[in-house]
Amino acid sequence: MESCDGISEGKVMANIISDETIEYVGILAKLELSDEEKEQAKHDIGRMLDYVDKLNELDTSGVEPLSHVFPVHNVFREDVVTNGDEREKILANAPEEKDGAFKVPKTVE
Amino acid sequence: MQLTDLTALELGRKIKEKEISVREAVQASLDRIAQTDGAVGGFVTVDAEGALARADEVQKGIDAGQYTGLLAGVPVAVKDNICTEGLKTTCSSKILYNFVPTYSAEAVLNMNRAGAVILGKTNMDEFAMGSTTETSAFGPTRNPWNPDHVPGGSSGGSCAAVAACEAPYALGSDTGGSIRQPASFCGVTGLKPTYGTVSRYGLVAYGSSLDQIGPIAKDVSDCAAILEMIASYDRKDSTSIDRRETDFTSALVDDVKGLRVGIPSDYLGEGLDNEVRAAVMKAADVLREKGAVVEEFDLSLVEYAIPAYYVIASAEASSNLARFDGVKYGYRAKDYESLHNMYKKSRSEGFGEEVKRRIMLGSFVLSSGYYDAYYLKALRTKALIRQSFDRAFEKYDVILAPASPTTAPRLGESLSDPLKMYLGDIYTISVNLAGLPGISVPVCTDSKGLPIGVQLIGDCFKEKNIIRAAYAYEQARGRFPAPELKACGTSAVCRENGDRVSACGAGNMQEIHEAVPDSVQKVCKGHSDLRPACPAAKEVG
Repeated sequence: MESCDGISEGKVMANIISDETIEYVGILAKLELSDEEKEQAKHDIGRMLDYVDKLNELDTSGVEPLSHVFPVHNVFREDVVTNGDEREKILANAPEEKDGAFKVPKTVE
Repeated sequence: MQLTDLTALELGRKIKEKEISVREAVQASLDRIAQTDGAVGGFVTVDAEGALARADEVQKGIDAGQYTGLLAGVPVAVKDNICTEGLKTTCSSKILYNFVPTYSAEAVLNMNRAGAVILGKTNMDEFAMGSTTETSAFGPTRNPWNPDHVPGGSSGGSCAAVAACEAPYALGSDTGGSIRQPASFCGVTGLKPTYGTVSRYGLVAYGSSLDQIGPIAKDVSDCAAILEMIASYDRKDSTSIDRRETDFTSALVDDVKGLRVGIPSDYLGEGLDNEVRAAVMKAADVLREKGAVVEEFDLSLVEYAIPAYYVIASAEASSNLARFDGVKYGYRAKDYESLHNMYKKSRSEGFGEEVKRRIMLGSFVLSSGYYDAYYLKALRTKALIRQSFDRAFEKYDVILAPASPTTAPRLGESLSDPLKMYLGDIYTISVNLAGLPGISVPVCTDSKGLPIGVQLIGDCFKEKNIIRAAYAYEQARGRFPAPELKACGTSAVCRENGDRVSACGAGNMQEIHEAVPDSVQKVCKGHSDLRPACPAAKEVG
C-alpha cells in the first residue's frame, strides 16, 4: 500500500496548515495542544488533506450528498416519560457533585 | 474436548440438555480467562462475581422455561464501547476510565432477554479509532496466534478473546472494518450487519452513520444465531430499521448452486499480499466447486473509499466526542482556571493521540470555508460508491473479497504512520459507507502461521446470502483450528510507575502474580479486578 499515490513523504505538500488554522481548530475542538503537538497536528492534517484531495479527481457535480444510506424520516411520538428517577446513579459518575447537581468551576462572578 | 473449545451453539445445546449447568459453562470461561488473559490482554474488565451470580439466575430461568433460546446460559464478552448497566464501560480511554453506565445498550438487553451471561468487557482501540488495538489507554491486546503481532482492531479484544477460547462469542462494533479485520487477523468469524439492523442505542458513538454492532464467534452458525438474537427495531435509535425476516439461522444451508459471486478485480491489484490473494482464490474455488458462478468484475472507485471515510468518520467523531468535557462523567483535569479551561484540559489529558488527531481533522473539515470542499465532497463520493455497489448487486448475489491486504502486523509497526494504517482498511471501509452487510471467515494460515480471512459482502438486507455462502464454504473447510497459546517471552512496563511486569506465556499466571509488585497490582485493580498482569502495561523491546 506504500506505493499509493499522493502520500509519499517525499512529495511536496499541497496543503500547508497555518499556525492560525491550528489555533482555530483547537478552539473548535476544545483541545489544548502543546507547541510540539501543534507542529505534529499541522503535519498530520496537511498530509491527510493531501490524501483527501484525491477526491477532487471525481466529478461529483449533480450528485446529492448521501448522509444516510437509507431514507430517514422524522418519527413523531407523544413525549411520555418512560425512565425512572436515576439522579443518584447518574451523579455517581460525576467528577464533582454538589446538592444533587453537577459541580463546575464558577462561571459568573 | 474442553468446554471452552465448543462453539456458542454447541455450548448452548449442552446447557439446554442439562449436560452441564450455566455455572459450569461460565466458570470454564472464567478459569480460561484467568489462565490466558494475562498473555492475551483481551479484557479490560472481568466481572467474575457478577457473571457467576447471573449464571445461577439464568439457570433458574432455563429450568422454569423462561429462557428457551439457542444461546441461553452461554457466556459472552462485550466490547468496551457497548454500555452495560452497572459494569464499567471505558471505550479503552482515560477519559472514561471509571464510567459506569446507568443503562444497557439495546443489543445487550436483547441478549439478556435471551439469557446471556456477560463475562466482562473487551479491549479496543480508544473510541474504536484504530486498526490494531494499540491505541487503547490500557495497553495493547496480543494476537493469540502470535503474541508479537497485533489482533487487529478496533474490536481486537473481542476477537482475541474468542480466538483464545476465553469467551464462546463476543460483541464487537464495526465502523470501517472493526469487526471483519480483527476477525480475519485472529482466525475467527465476524459479521457486520446492514446499517440499522442492530440498535446503536447504548453504543458509544464514533461515526454514527457508519457504526454497527455485530457478532464475533468461532463459526458462521454462531454468528447467524447471535445476530438473530441482537437484531431489533428500536425507537431509541433514529436510524433503526424495522426489518422483516431476521431469521438468519434459516440461511444456514449448504447449498450455493447458481449463486452469483463477484470478485472485484480492483481489490486484487497492488498492495495485496500474495498469500491473502491466494486465500481469496482458494475460497472462490470452493464455492465454484459447490456450484456457484464465480467471476471477476470491476467495482470501481475503490481508491476513493478511504479518503471519503476519514472525512466523514472524523467529522462525526468530532461532533460525537464533544460530550466528553469532564462535567458529567469520566476524567476531569486536576488543575484548571475556568470552565472552558477545565473542558480543554480534561479533553487534552483524557484523549489519546489518535482520537485527538481525528477530532482535529473532523473539526477542520466541518469548519466554515471547508465544509463544502471536504465534508460535502465526501458525502457525494459516498453516494457514488453506493451506486457502484448497486450496479454490482444487479449482477451478483455476493461479493467475495479480501478482508485486509495483509495478515496481522507486528506490534508497534503501525502507529508511527497513521495514514499507512488507514490504508489497511481499504477492503472493509466501502462496505460501511454503503451500509452493506459483510462477514469475515477464516480460510487458512500464512507462512508465518497467522490466520487469513476472506470477506463476503451482500446487498443491503441480504445477510442471508452471505451467511449461506459463508456457511457452505465453512462446511468444505471444516472446523478452523484454535491457536496454541505460547509464551511470548517479552516483558512489559507499567505505564503508571515504570515497574517491569512479566507478561509471558499462557499458564504462567502464578509467575506473573509473583512478578507483579504490590504497587502495580493496585494500579491493575483500578482497571480490572481479575487480570493478573497490569492492563496498563505497554511493551518494551
